[in-house]
Amino acid sequence: MTPARSRSAARRGLVAGLAGLLLLSLVAAADAQDRPRYGGELVYVVPTEPASYDGHREGTFALIHPLAPIYSTLLRFDPTDRTGTRVVGDLAESWTIAKDGRTYTFKIRRGVKFHDGSDLTSKDVKASYDKIVNPPADVISYRKGQYTAIEAVEAPDPTTVIFRLKWPAASLITALASPFNWIYKADILAKDMHWYETHVMGSGAFVFVEHVKGAYWAGKKNTSYWDKGKPYLDGYRALVVKDANAQVSAVRAERAHVQFRGFTPAERDSIVQALGPKVTVQESPWDCVLLVGMNHEKKPWDDKRARRALTLALDRYQGSQALSRIAIVKSVGGVQVPGTPYATPPAELEKLAGYSHDIAKSRAEAKRLLKEAGVPEGFSFSLKNRNVPMPYEPVAIWLVDQWRQIGLQARHDFIESTKWEADLIAGNYEVAVDTQCSYAVDPDLDLYKFQSMGVSGNNYGRYVDKTLDDLYQKQSRALDAEERKRWVRDFERRLLDEEAHYFYTLQWHRIIPHSAKMRGWTVTPSHFVNNQLDGVWLSE
Amino acid sequence: MAVGRPVEIAADVPEAARRRRWIAAVGEFCRERPLGAIGAAVVLLNILVGLGATVIAPYDPLATDYGAMLAPPSAAHWLGTDAFGRDVLSRIIYGSRTAMVVGFACALLGATLGAVIGVASAYFAGKVDLLVQRVMDIFLAFPLIILALAVVSILGTGIGNVIIAIAIPMIPRAALVTRSSALAIREMPYVDAARAAGFRHRRIILRHMLPNVMAPYLIMLTAYLGQAILAEASLTFLGLGVSEPTPAWGLMLRGAAVQFAESAPWMAIFPGLAISLAVFAFNLFGDSLRDALDPRLRAQ
Amino acid sequence: MTKYIVKRLLLMIPTLLGVAVLIFFLMRIVPGDIVELRFAGESSYAQKENLDKERARLGLDQPVWRQLVTWMAGLARFDLGTSMWTGAPITEEIRLRFALSLQLAIMATIVAILLAIPLGVIAALRQDTWIDYVVRVISIAGLATPSFWLGIVFILGLLIVFKWLPPMVYTPFWVNPVQNLAQLIWPALAVGYRYSAVATRMTRSAMLEVLREDYIRTARAKGLWEKLILSRHALKNAMLPVLTVIALEFAFLIGGLVVTEQVFNLNGLGLLFVEAVGHRDYTLTQALVMLVAFVFIFVNFMVDLAYAWLDPRIRLR
Repeated sequence: MTPARSRSAARRGLVAGLAGLLLLSLVAAADAQDRPRYGGELVYVVPTEPASYDGHREGTFALIHPLAPIYSTLLRFDPTDRTGTRVVGDLAESWTIAKDGRTYTFKIRRGVKFHDGSDLTSKDVKASYDKIVNPPADVISYRKGQYTAIEAVEAPDPTTVIFRLKWPAASLITALASPFNWIYKADILAKDMHWYETHVMGSGAFVFVEHVKGAYWAGKKNTSYWDKGKPYLDGYRALVVKDANAQVSAVRAERAHVQFRGFTPAERDSIVQALGPKVTVQESPWDCVLLVGMNHEKKPWDDKRARRALTLALDRYQGSQALSRIAIVKSVGGVQVPGTPYATPPAELEKLAGYSHDIAKSRAEAKRLLKEAGVPEGFSFSLKNRNVPMPYEPVAIWLVDQWRQIGLQARHDFIESTKWEADLIAGNYEVAVDTQCSYAVDPDLDLYKFQSMGVSGNNYGRYVDKTLDDLYQKQSRALDAEERKRWVRDFERRLLDEEAHYFYTLQWHRIIPHSAKMRGWTVTPSHFVNNQLDGVWLSE
Repeated sequence: MAVGRPVEIAADVPEAARRRRWIAAVGEFCRERPLGAIGAAVVLLNILVGLGATVIAPYDPLATDYGAMLAPPSAAHWLGTDAFGRDVLSRIIYGSRTAMVVGFACALLGATLGAVIGVASAYFAGKVDLLVQRVMDIFLAFPLIILALAVVSILGTGIGNVIIAIAIPMIPRAALVTRSSALAIREMPYVDAARAAGFRHRRIILRHMLPNVMAPYLIMLTAYLGQAILAEASLTFLGLGVSEPTPAWGLMLRGAAVQFAESAPWMAIFPGLAISLAVFAFNLFGDSLRDALDPRLRAQ
Repeated sequence: MTKYIVKRLLLMIPTLLGVAVLIFFLMRIVPGDIVELRFAGESSYAQKENLDKERARLGLDQPVWRQLVTWMAGLARFDLGTSMWTGAPITEEIRLRFALSLQLAIMATIVAILLAIPLGVIAALRQDTWIDYVVRVISIAGLATPSFWLGIVFILGLLIVFKWLPPMVYTPFWVNPVQNLAQLIWPALAVGYRYSAVATRMTRSAMLEVLREDYIRTARAKGLWEKLILSRHALKNAMLPVLTVIALEFAFLIGGLVVTEQVFNLNGLGLLFVEAVGHRDYTLTQALVMLVAFVFIFVNFMVDLAYAWLDPRIRLR
């Protein structure tokens, strides 16, 4: 080889080598971008504040968002599962269920410490669940009614907890994964059952720093968290921002990374337009829905034909298209959020009253039913509603418009939220917009409300339907998934179609535009779930 | 806020002469105070638009049109459509009606009731005066928002209740102002002379005291008109005023309008302009009226 | 003078009593129950026993007259009680928010004064000229714009044009003055501008009144500047109605700026008010009303004192 050629060969080799090195480093960099980075403070906004600090006592997301990172629960929903239904262990390493479904045995992790340094053992789990399932006379457990199947909780040794049930409960695992079932310290509870209402002390990925009322909450990294290597964040700060526009401004101005409840389509668009690639948008159907409740004690709503007419008149598909542009509603679904294990298969959904794609036929049927029931043309009734702009007002305007198409004159009656609740409870209404939000997508949670008055604490329709109650019990105790699905479908058919006791409008739609720097968080249908922030990290 | 010399209703000037004097006064007002005249003209325009809404408005303000949601201003919809496809121009025209109704009802209710209480309190003096003053003080010290919240919570939303909620805080303020004007008259010796001569209370009040509180009353009325419209807008913004689907300017600014402020600004700009213009006009007119009626400020 | 002061002080008491009784009964007439509100919310599983337990704990099961007596006895001891919603002492709930509202009120009043007095004086000195018209138009425009509208425009303007947002969390002035002012200057400007309107008008008419004094008018040979200096003593007395108006508006600013606080996201008394009423938190609402009423009555009292001081007929008695 001539010296020149050998020189150029060497040069080529050098270039190739450099290129290879460059490629390798690029790949490494890209890889590093997807590998969690340590450090940083997550800032998010919360719209309201809770009344107390006790998770067993409250039912509002306003408590979960700022304090869930401080606590551990026995079980939780898998933070990477988009349906928000898969249960994994938090403090529980593993669990077994007896064949008859009446005994659940959990193995608790070793080495978990409370933030005050003491060890967390099974006796703490037992004490916390005793408070939830069977509180003493002056202590309130908000979700006590969900755990009536539990007979006793036992802690035979420091790493085992046993739940003994009175009857098999298909949703017990979901119930135990409730984001509100924080594990408190047994010694503290023994001294003062009300301590946790005004104090915070948990075992979670973050340690509570402070709460300045009306201003913000702050937490810092728990360096002795049991899940070694987590959390990634140095801390978090939850700013209290009550006005919706101010929340949007905060995210737009990059003062906050995220708001964990949900924004409207217009707000999302304005944030995306302003920040472009610096924002990621995650969306999901929401386990919240606006229902139409009819007072069965007032004519003509005691007649199921009139009730069916109301739901047949709604063109849900067109409504979904139009309203999803301006409001936080979108999916057309049955009693379970579409995409979850017990959701209604599309073929069956079509058959339910008001879900047919042939709206002309549905409306003709509705008019016929009204005539049969003796409801005159142009019949006027009041639609009581909360005067909250999103999404109550848009949905109500749509409802009135749809009912006008079958010759009914519904009058808007917007009232202040508190009065609306009071009126619903007292039965002081004809037709009203009602609402339901559950902390997880589960038939037990989502169907409870519709049982007879007297059985369900918030059946505002004031009806008694023993068949429905029976179906609820059957699905609640069916351990076989397929059998349970059948019962749920039966329940749904009776509720929405045959009797039309209550009906669903459109499923809410959860839109979370967040800073692209925030990684490791997946949206789910529930705004109560996936708020422990242990897997969240901030990229560069 | 006392007015200079007492004014008496002269009963002997013939009708035609009185009318001529009225027209001359109006003309003088327009010449000397062009700002006030412009204000009055805008007010008149608002009233006419409100009265003739059914004729003027191109669309039914409640008619939704999901095919034309959030449409920008065009030949079909001069001011665009809102989030439900409702024509913004029609809603503003009908909103004028709501604004005028609320404005006039509140102002008349508040100012008149307040004036009656104020004059009566000043006239009867003594224990009555003291008691009325205490009660008025209590309502004055009471936060406006709580009063409005309470009224709306008890009675519900709706135009009638909004009018009550806005008018109630106006009454004690009006009473205070008219009371001090009436007091100035009461001190005048000829009132005592009239009492001594045996004239009934009612005659003295109507003939002597009332004309002298006319000036502050009218000024208050115009001030309250503007305030009432703004109060309705604020209350509605907080969710305590009239509610959907009533076309009302304050309601049009709530909710969707601010959300779409950048992508569909016509939804918020025009109602905001309508409110500002109306209140501005009322205030201009009231301001000039005050200047005209207050003899101390007449340019020499 | 002392007799006058004592008499005015004594008159404060029946007014305060009246306010207390009014708010107590008003809250109980309004429909809605704090207990139901808390435990019959969006999620299901509300149990009647829960509701009864809470009612007993909050003392709502007692007869109404006894609740009234308990509360008023507390008031007499300056004990505002605890919030029914959070259980925290009310002084704790109010403390930080009162500091913010007070500071905002002071700043807005300063803005109003800084705008009103120069503008009013200029308008009076140049009455019926275009300057006068411009000043009147500017000040009336302030009155005419809905406050929330102004606030939204401010925030959007800052965001879109400058890509900047004021601090979202309140830091007290002595902790970090820059942060503090950066947050509060915008609502202070918006509120101050609105409140300057009335004061501008009154300053103008007060100044006009002074300018009519003979010794000023006859100084026709002198320039306007001289007239101003000559009138400064008379101006002091003429400003009294202006200061009265400003003082009364100041009282309104505490707890009355609900819309402004919402739009600018301020943790103030106004929003606390709305929340308390929305929650039917009787004790908190009652305490807030008494606080605001007291501020109003106190300010009124000070204004009365100022008038009395300046009126020799009363001062020398």
